[in-house]
Amino acid sequence: MHPTRLISKLLIALALLIAVAPGAFAQDVESLVSALPEGDYSDREKVIFDLAATGDERVAGLLNALGEGDLYVREEDGRVIVGKRSGRNYTLTDALTGEELGTAPSSALEKIRVNNRLRRAVRSAIGQLTLMSPSPSVRLRAARSLLRNADPDSLELLDTALAAETDPQVKTMMETARAGIIVKTDAGIEEKVAAIDLLAARGDREALAMLTGARSSAAPELQPVIERGIAGIERELAMWDGLQNVWYGLSLGSVLLLAAIGLAITFGVMGVINMAHGEIVMLGAYTTFAVQQVIRTSFPGLFDYSLAIALPLAFLVTALVGIAIERGIIRWLYGRPLETLLATWGLSLILQQTVRTIFGPNNREVGNPSWMSGAFDLAGLSITWNRLWIIVFALVVFAVLLAVLNRTPLGLQMRAVTQNRRMASSMGIRTPWVDAMTFGLGSGIAGMAGVALSQIDNVSPNLGQSYIIDSFMVVVFGGVGNLWGTLVGALTLGVANKFLEPYAGAVLAKIFILVFIILFIQRRPRGLFALKGRAVDA
Amino acid sequence: MITKTLLRAFDGKAIWVVAILIAIAVAVPASNLYLPVGHPLRVPNHFVPLLGKYLTYAMLALALDLVWGYCGILSLGHGAFFAFGGYAMGMYLMRQIGDRGVYANPVLPDFMVFLNYQELPWFWYGFDMFWFAAIMVVLVPGVLAFVFGWFAFRSRVTGVYLSIITQAMTYALLLAFFRNDMGFGGNNGLTDFKDILGAPLQAGSTRAALFAASAIALALSFIVCSAIVRSKLGKVLVAVRDAESRTRFLGYRVDNYKLFAFTASAVIAGIAGALYVPQVGIINPGEFAPANSIEIVIWTAVGGRGTLIGPIVGAVLVNAGKSWFTGVFPEFWLFALGGLFVAVTLFLPKGIVGALAQGWTALKAQRVSAQAEDGSDAAPEPSPAE
Repeated sequence: MHPTRLISKLLIALALLIAVAPGAFAQDVESLVSALPEGDYSDREKVIFDLAATGDERVAGLLNALGEGDLYVREEDGRVIVGKRSGRNYTLTDALTGEELGTAPSSALEKIRVNNRLRRAVRSAIGQLTLMSPSPSVRLRAARSLLRNADPDSLELLDTALAAETDPQVKTMMETARAGIIVKTDAGIEEKVAAIDLLAARGDREALAMLTGARSSAAPELQPVIERGIAGIERELAMWDGLQNVWYGLSLGSVLLLAAIGLAITFGVMGVINMAHGEIVMLGAYTTFAVQQVIRTSFPGLFDYSLAIALPLAFLVTALVGIAIERGIIRWLYGRPLETLLATWGLSLILQQTVRTIFGPNNREVGNPSWMSGAFDLAGLSITWNRLWIIVFALVVFAVLLAVLNRTPLGLQMRAVTQNRRMASSMGIRTPWVDAMTFGLGSGIAGMAGVALSQIDNVSPNLGQSYIIDSFMVVVFGGVGNLWGTLVGALTLGVANKFLEPYAGAVLAKIFILVFIILFIQRRPRGLFALKGRAVDA
Repeated sequence: MITKTLLRAFDGKAIWVVAILIAIAVAVPASNLYLPVGHPLRVPNHFVPLLGKYLTYAMLALALDLVWGYCGILSLGHGAFFAFGGYAMGMYLMRQIGDRGVYANPVLPDFMVFLNYQELPWFWYGFDMFWFAAIMVVLVPGVLAFVFGWFAFRSRVTGVYLSIITQAMTYALLLAFFRNDMGFGGNNGLTDFKDILGAPLQAGSTRAALFAASAIALALSFIVCSAIVRSKLGKVLVAVRDAESRTRFLGYRVDNYKLFAFTASAVIAGIAGALYVPQVGIINPGEFAPANSIEIVIWTAVGGRGTLIGPIVGAVLVNAGKSWFTGVFPEFWLFALGGLFVAVTLFLPKGIVGALAQGWTALKAQRVSAQAEDGSDAAPEPSPAE
């Protein structure tokens, strides 16, 4: 038997003893560390085991540095330190505490040398420290790194750890790591088949890589087992890829929905072509930026609430801008949709240039609050928090809007004016007021969309332009005057786009979608969910 | 019969417009070529292609006016037809470079060598011959407009919906032409042209000739548009613009009339693009940008839609303003352009020419009524049909 293995067995026995009677054999860590540079390699090996035996968490970092060859002795006081080369000098930190100790030239340091045997000793000592650590999360991390390295030398260590393991999650991870190692070693056929099955059951990319790696060197009778395992994993991965695409598609769809939903009000309900819609979204995003600027400079503690503050503000700002646009320009152009289109396009140019003059032409940085950054894994899917929140937000906005349209007096009046303006006016509804409110509502929602989009897109004066065509496509595809159509249209286009992307590339996918919409409008000129009517000229 | 239709184009103001355009076609190149440098009446060298560019823009605005002002189809994709004409000409000019490119490949243009093309893509065949390119300049925009219009008008896509899908069309083309694999030079487009029909593009005489060609092409398109508008077909187009359903109920095949106007307009736009490219020296996918197409609309609107002189005046004025603004106050150009959009739609729905014509008619009517009050018995003139 290899001497290191023997030693590591002894070591584990020792560690178990320590686990039973903590502190009984523990020597002082500091004195062990200072003993490290002395003596020859075998003395040093002994010190390494003693260090591991202390079970002190700080030792793992020190041993790591030793294995990497970054451990030095400072000549002036004999202190053991970690040195990282930076330029001509070394940056020093204390080996145990990580305390910063300034820099020193190489002449002031002496390296603690390691040979291959020592490196192995270090590795197993680290594995022992981590795999046997009292904290399950440390053990889990150690098992995962073993899974990646699949070092046959760690097998016995792993077996011992596995026997002592109680946490089911860690245990599964360790078993998988063990299977990964078994496939590489010269174990018996049955054992290998079991290991392969275990890996295949895990079904992720790491397992796939391990099996593919093992295929070339495996015995002929193992080949079909491995092939079957690989095929199974690939099938499962394809399914997860599909689900991931659906997720990306829903995410894109919710962004489209947010961008288009305000337009669904102004264009769909009022019939006003607002080409400045994208710029109103941009104004919402810049409101977020301004709010965060104020918070950064004056109230840094409120940063996590910045979006909650920005949302109502953005709604207010953009709704007021919208009402001003309606009162100032659009109301003179009712009944002349093409002229409205031109005037609002001109307005969009003015708004863009205004923002460019005030905030500058470059991208502005809008930060993610802590609850919106990061990602988590759900089964095989990786889900980022900001995308998830945006989907939730889009649906909430959609539901609220639906409620406003169907359940409030304002919504009732809005629908009445849409369906028959003169009749509504005769019934005493102040149609100009309703027009202004409707446009304000649509614009305010666009502004809130801007707050959400500021989290995932660049906040620049061109933000609006990149959404305006897509938004119109969504509204026209879904059917004008129908909020449900907008929802279905946005999600359909989003998912379709993401499913086309892997085959055609992002640009071609987008072109396909545009061509599809052009053809679709030929078939159904009024969109997916058309309002039924008998008028010749709508 | 065609002669008769064309002759009818020449009554009234039209003959003046054509005469002025021909005079410009002669005067500008002559003053540039024959007057000594420094003479106050000499058109400076860099002005010749600039003015030529304005004339091609005027042609483009005229083309848009034919569909928008007379047929009520607001196309937000006319830039695409212009760009197709431009690309067809650009491909001819690329092939003319021959082995004088950076990589000195006698057949492949530089960008293809750079992108590791082994042989010329099939759609580049024939573009080494001018006549073939000239046919393509007319054919490609025409066929695209015909196919697009045939589908759109037959399914009765009208008004705003049509505007939006034309915009989607030019946007899709923009994205497509940005791709390197399309074989049209991708992002950079086609440039570094050397000569046209054997004449070097940088030479003063070539530029003068291109300018004259642009002015004459504009005059010709003006005559054609004028003929179309004054014919019976033109009256039906106006009827379609004002009351499409009623025209259909009267028994006219509205789709066919619209399709004719749309295709004819696209062809004129394509020719304008072909004249634009050699004078500017580059064609790239940016010409497909939806914003460009909307800008064409504003030229037409400023000048006055529904008049044939309007778009020419509008295109020249707006672009001269753009050149001046971007030189003097670059950051204010978008304010000015945006303000122009808003102001024209709100206050000048008929554009400059329309407003002037209206003012003129009002003035005349005032005079007539004043004369009537004087007791003179001058018969009131019938007001023009506009």
